[in-house]
Amino acid sequence: MTALVEVGGLHFRYGSSRRGTGQDWTLADISLALPARGTLGIVGESGSGKSTLIRLMCGLLRPDRGALSFDGRPVTDWLATDRRAFLARNQIVFQNPRRSLDPRMTVARALAEPVRSLESRQPTDAELAASLARVGLQAEVLGRYPHQLSGGQLQRVAIARALSVRPAVLYADEPTSALDVSVQAQVLNLLMDLREDLGLALVMVTHNLAVVARLTEHVIVLHRGRVVEAGPTHRVLGSPENPYTAALVAAAADVSLARAGWDEAEERR
Amino acid sequence: MLTIRDLRVSVGPLELVHIERLDIAQGRRVGLVGESGSGKSITAMSIAGLQPREARLAGSVRFEDRELVGLSDAAMAKVRGARIGFIPQDPTRALNPTTRVGPQVAEALRLNTDLGGAAIRARVLELFAQVRLPEPEVLYQRYPHQISGGQQQRVLIAMAIAARPQLLIADEPTTALDVTVQNEILRLILDLSRAQRMALLFVSHELGVVRAVCDDIGVIYGGRMVELASAGALAETPRHRYTAALIGANPGLPGGDEIAAMTGRRFAVIEGSVPAAGRFPAGCRFRNRCRHATAACAEDPPITPQGGNGWVKCWHPVGTEAGR
Ligand SMILES: Nc1ncnc2c1ncn2[C@@H]1O[C@H](COP(=O)(O)OP(=O)(O)OP(=O)(O)O)[C@@H](O)[C@H]1O
Ligand SMILES: Nc1ncnc2c1ncn2[C@@H]1O[C@H](COP(=O)(O)OP(=O)(O)O)[C@@H](O)[C@H]1O
Ligand code: SF4
Ligand SMILES: [Mg+2]
Ligand SMILES: [Mg+2]
Repeated sequence: MTALVEVGGLHFRYGSSRRGTGQDWTLADISLALPARGTLGIVGESGSGKSTLIRLMCGLLRPDRGALSFDGRPVTDWLATDRRAFLARNQIVFQNPRRSLDPRMTVARALAEPVRSLESRQPTDAELAASLARVGLQAEVLGRYPHQLSGGQLQRVAIARALSVRPAVLYADEPTSALDVSVQAQVLNLLMDLREDLGLALVMVTHNLAVVARLTEHVIVLHRGRVVEAGPTHRVLGSPENPYTAALVAAAADVSLARAGWDEAEERR
Repeated sequence: MLTIRDLRVSVGPLELVHIERLDIAQGRRVGLVGESGSGKSITAMSIAGLQPREARLAGSVRFEDRELVGLSDAAMAKVRGARIGFIPQDPTRALNPTTRVGPQVAEALRLNTDLGGAAIRARVLELFAQVRLPEPEVLYQRYPHQISGGQQQRVLIAMAIAARPQLLIADEPTTALDVTVQNEILRLILDLSRAQRMALLFVSHELGVVRAVCDDIGVIYGGRMVELASAGALAETPRHRYTAALIGANPGLPGGDEIAAMTGRRFAVIEGSVPAAGRFPAGCRFRNRCRHATAACAEDPPITPQGGNGWVKCWHPVGTEAGR
């Protein structure tokens, strides 16, 4: 059984000769396997390397060491010979749609762009409308500019855009943290439905562990560029073995629980 | 100690915020939660006299027997420096990048206290220790970019409490920080408030965060406060339909074994999105998104007292049948 995406002993650092030593990797010795239709959560504090890891997995950055393969072939190989097919099959949705979508492009143009650049053709109006319908938007928004849409609508456009080239893996980097709380749930449910309907694999970076618990079956915990814990989501979050994971769960699960802990400590004093 | 009645903040013809009532007693910690654009910052800044230039205030904000609405800028600056501390949302923008952090806090003390000379420096070091900055002597000489985001926020907290204010206003003080750092800062603010019997108005878009620090919580939507309750009651038995929907859409992480049952479970949804300022429906502002709305909701809902000093502003609160 080969996984769809396989990462083995991967090392990466920004710039080639930072501080000259071999020690300060941004990511060091990362290994993971993602099966077709699988789901993976990536959690860890800010700066731990989550975004860097998914940028490597989608071919936007090149590893310095280690193996990285997609569908049984090294990613370097894909990028050298089938670059566009690889990019189409590995799509990414970023945190802030206001920053990831060009403010001067209409929704129609933004939506057509991946198909134009990766499949060298102009999608039909019917395709564009269908693409929007899939994410719960009406065709009437096609003529609008980003500033004329809400954050939630824009993130739907970004998702529709990523799906337009029929990816096998959808990478989502904090896809709801720039959205209103009351809108986050809509987008998360949409991601769950799409994944199911389209048979996508989903890799999700988020700081919200409740989201990881619902959307992913496996999770890896990054700390300072290393995987400190990995496993089935319910096991890792339910009974963490690594102290850093345990701290993360305690900190993020429900801050009010932290309050209970503080008050107990207060009383013991 | 702080009594707000019908505080209205408007820019041009647009009313951004209308807070009908909000009271904070001495030493009490009150949280304000709401989504982005709901008016949290406008409210917090208006109380501290830091509202945008173009904003007009009406109504009443009484603080320690003084009316703050209509006070001159100079008089307000005095109250703010000495009696009201303010911690802003983004620490990187609140500190002067070209001045070392120690002297920045010293300057606040020079302006707002009677201290002078060596006493000021000693007090800054004392404050740095109090906000749990490591190696105060070393940190004193650092520029803002030479310390972490969490440390920058500690410096701003030190500045805000330098003159031992009676009221501390914090506008999303941990939003820019990591979850692990966040808890340390929350803990610090809670401890300081307890130790100095300092009242707190704590603003955040995250209920869990507010709940960790506050005694009472108010919920704001579309510039209006819709509910006020003790922290526990608000989180466990919300009465306003918006509060209940918001909690449902953003569930916490259950403990231990229950996590396994979460896989694939969908989130409860609030339909639609938050309208832009000026685009809210008349009457209850949540009406166009509320599953329980009836014709009655086209009229402004009354404020109905609840247990303790709590209240709810809804025609059909949770627990009543009328709203479907
Ligand atoms: N383009 C870049 N050049 C140099 N260093 C970078 C670059 N992008 C990120 N880094 C550094 O690499 C490390 C990992 O960053 P990364 O963006 O992957 O973190 P993250 O886990 O996604 O954090 P966050 O939760 O804040 O998004 C950090 O130390 C960061 O400062
Ligand atoms: N200077 C201003 N002029 C006009 N409108 C403003 C100004 N500042 C904020 N607003 C509007 O007032 C509303 C409340 O803003 P704010 O208090 O910053 O929200 P929050 O802090 O809850 O995110 C928003 O609709 C915002 O766009
Ligand atoms: S007043 Fe009516 S519309 Fe508003 S929250 Fe209550 S039930 Fe819903
Ligand atoms: Mg990131
Ligand atoms: Mg704000």
